[in-house]
Amino acid sequence: MPRMSADANHRIRFKLNGRMVEADAEPRMLLTDFLRYNLAMTGTHVGCEHGVCGACTIEIDGVPARACLTLAVQADGADIRTIEGLAPAPGRLSVLQEAFRRHHALQCGFCTAGILLSLECYLRDNPSPDEATLRDYLGGHLCRCTGYVTIIAAALDAAERLRDANKDA
Amino acid sequence: MKPARFDYLRAGTLAEAHATLAAEGEDARVLAGGQSLVPMLSMRMARPKVLIDIMHLPQLAKIESDVNTIHIGAGVRQAKLLAWPEIHERQPLLAAALPWVGHAQTRSRGTICGSVAHADPSAEIPLVLLALKGAIHLSSRQKQRRVSAIDFFTGMMSTARNDDELIEAVEAPCRAPGHGYAFREFGRRHGDFAIVACAAVAHADGVRLAIGGVADCPAVRDYPDLTGTALDDALDEFAWELDARDDLHATESFRRNLVRQLGRAAIEEARRCRA
Repeated sequence: MPRMSADANHRIRFKLNGRMVEADAEPRMLLTDFLRYNLAMTGTHVGCEHGVCGACTIEIDGVPARACLTLAVQADGADIRTIEGLAPAPGRLSVLQEAFRRHHALQCGFCTAGILLSLECYLRDNPSPDEATLRDYLGGHLCRCTGYVTIIAAALDAAERLRDANKDA
Repeated sequence: MKPARFDYLRAGTLAEAHATLAAEGEDARVLAGGQSLVPMLSMRMARPKVLIDIMHLPQLAKIESDVNTIHIGAGVRQAKLLAWPEIHERQPLLAAALPWVGHAQTRSRGTICGSVAHADPSAEIPLVLLALKGAIHLSSRQKQRRVSAIDFFTGMMSTARNDDELIEAVEAPCRAPGHGYAFREFGRRHGDFAIVACAAVAHADGVRLAIGGVADCPAVRDYPDLTGTALDDALDEFAWELDARDDLHATESFRRNLVRQLGRAAIEEARRCRA
């Protein structure tokens, strides 16, 4: 790949929620802005913009990552999942999203997209989490509404339902 | 917060990365996981002319170990080292410290060598390398060299790396027979920058204690086998020597007190682990 000039736009392509997408970006463009402005995927929220708050967390190549600490050019060729890719079909929520609704695990919702993406990754690799490890894991996200109790309850509930679903399958 | 303009080069070979570093000098910065560098760019504390992305060089993404040392390449992400099945057996101090490095959501992208290159005064990985007497492997177009951790960290976010060099790997010694290791940290929130972090290595002749988060770069002391008030006095002296400062997060006297308390706890645990 040749050196990309600072002043020019460059074509960036990656897989987003299972479909190839492409748009142009300068090398300095953050992935958060690329998703929101260039691809019109505004479900990924921008909070602190320096990696502390967790609001912009998405999945890059199977692991949770801060979109604000990633350049769009770095994501070229990657496999990315955002909040828009969680629901299995229009009008239907994922098991985790449904659990968040049942447990009132959000109020303003600003942090929610990042937390859902983080937990989706975590529950896939750790189907039987305990409360202490979940609390440690969610230390990477700030929520100023809920006090986290309902988020933990929703995550534990979702984990149990996902285990049951896998047992039946 | 948006970064200033820079060129981006995804290095296809190590030689390409070296050539760009040689040509651009201090105007070039190596980009690995980006977890320290990208915020620096966004805050415009760093304004390089070109970023050299080294994450597509498979030869750098390796953890290699023999009975004596672990070599961690520049492309190895923190989560990968933490998930390495041999880490607890090979080097318990690294295994104990890694969960304190950022959050799971940043360890997934951040690299071991990137943290070493950034050299934040409160960073855990430089601290552990100093406690273990680890080393940093640097390379440029001209030559390769190995710098011990004690010589590498020269001040706040400054290191012995030359402008035309990149960190190819860091090296940590494996667990030694009869050695005990312990790590302690205090921060406001797990995953935040440490207010004080301690790494202790106990061995037959005494104990080695490294402290991060207080001075401009991690500091280390070697003690004979002190106990009781002699140990308290030594820790008190170390705490005062670190030149702690007040800031938004903690007062200088609180930091000194943490050095005394966490230092003692780390030393005692390291000694228990020897047994």
